[in-house]
Amino acid sequence: MKALATIKRWLVPLVVPVALVVAWHVAVRATGTRLIPPPYDVGLMLYDFTFGGIYDDTFSKTIHIHFWKSVQRVYGGFFAAVAIGVPLGLLIGRVPAFRKVIDPTLQILRPVPVTAWLPLSMIFFGLGPNAAIFLVFLGAFYPIVLNTTFGVRSVDARLFEAASMLGCGGSSLFRQVVLPAAMPSIFNGLRLGHGFAWILIVVGEMTGVPQGLGAVIMDGRTLSRTDLVISGMIVIGLAGFLSDRVIVALNNRLLAWSPQHHA
Amino acid sequence: MPDAPAHRGAHPILSVSGLNKRFTVGEQTVEALRDVNLTISKGEFVCLIGASGCGKSTLLRLIAGFETATEGQVQMYGAPITGPGPERGMVFQDFALFPWLTVKENIGFGPRQRDLPKDKLEEISRHYTDMVGLTKFADYYPSQISGGMKQRVAIARVLANDCEVLLMDEPFGALDALTREKLQQELLEIWERTKVTVVFVTHSVEEAVVLADRIVVMTAGPGRIESDSRVPLARPREVSAIDFNQVRRDVTERLTSHVAVKSAAAA
Repeated sequence: MKALATIKRWLVPLVVPVALVVAWHVAVRATGTRLIPPPYDVGLMLYDFTFGGIYDDTFSKTIHIHFWKSVQRVYGGFFAAVAIGVPLGLLIGRVPAFRKVIDPTLQILRPVPVTAWLPLSMIFFGLGPNAAIFLVFLGAFYPIVLNTTFGVRSVDARLFEAASMLGCGGSSLFRQVVLPAAMPSIFNGLRLGHGFAWILIVVGEMTGVPQGLGAVIMDGRTLSRTDLVISGMIVIGLAGFLSDRVIVALNNRLLAWSPQHHA
Repeated sequence: MPDAPAHRGAHPILSVSGLNKRFTVGEQTVEALRDVNLTISKGEFVCLIGASGCGKSTLLRLIAGFETATEGQVQMYGAPITGPGPERGMVFQDFALFPWLTVKENIGFGPRQRDLPKDKLEEISRHYTDMVGLTKFADYYPSQISGGMKQRVAIARVLANDCEVLLMDEPFGALDALTREKLQQELLEIWERTKVTVVFVTHSVEEAVVLADRIVVMTAGPGRIESDSRVPLARPREVSAIDFNQVRRDVTERLTSHVAVKSAAAA
């Protein structure tokens, strides 16, 4: 019975992806399109991308180079967003004067799509990885700062009263009450921001970098290599998924006290 | 029933004098308390009772130092209360435990603020965890225990901080009848053992008569003290006893008398 449960746990999430691949195959066959390769061809491309030996072109056996470049940019931008977004969110949530000064500006900048920053970021940072990191940073920054602010502002006022009557105030109030109470929201922001970081890597690597998963997709588009484009999409999807699992595991460990915040 | 509050030991610990409290809500000013005077002796168990809106919780929050008086003063040992402090511990109806701390860590929260050595802190936390019968649940989080247990944690949390006055704001209001009775008995045992002074807000006449040395009846609009009398019953008290019922009827009458007067005036 236990083995059956384990099989179920692993098989159930696979049902939809497998069905999608089957539908993709059938649709390509039925329409006879030459614009979209069937799943098998993409599989070959992925194999070649990873191990080489099939096409032996510039993309063969280069997945690790592109993957590593993208990971560096995603996490460079993401950690910068955490390093600035969390403290800023804590300040905005906790200090009303600071909120009045900074919040309107933030709310005006926030609706500007990250893609709109592309030309300016290339002027600021030149052609190269820094522009990509900046765009990833922008995408991850807003959800992190907003969720942190929300977390701090929604701390139950009773908890402040309880802490103050127990002799806790000042900076230890911040460390012992505000921070842990806001932690579920902060993690929510981290997870959203982290998702945006992976989403924006393609845009970020449109800035004319030679390597990276986003650059591979852009190259594939230019060369009309749709199999390469789809391979890049699959690798980004998997990488984003796996690193999201890491955040979720961290979340569940740190928020063991709050079952409803488990993902 | 003697009307004047004679004090057990008669050492005043808290005194409220000429207290007025008004809240401003938008453009409106609400008079929550008018000319409240009250002296509470060390070790006394005082119940504040009244209909909702009579200001009993406001009075408690003023003693706790969560609110400041508009006029008048609240003093402890003759010194004015200017803010919350560990010597006055509040037990809230909704517990207000720190959800990210275990039972034992919640109980040790106050002592931890005082830079005690680790083994001393551990000893205090364990002592009060045991006192409220939660030894087996010491490492549980608040989300994993029942309402009754949560309220035990809240009581232990303020006692562990050496509070001299236990302020309780309808602490058992959110609990079922059986748990409520059990906690009332436990509270009385703790009170007798620790000699802590208790100011207990409730709207249940029976609860007040079970617990209190002295019952302060408050009325609304604006909140003020209607009457203040001692409970002439020995402990332990039996809810079904004749004299218990006598006291209960008496308090109920005082609680509703002003309502009767008002409705007569309206008619």
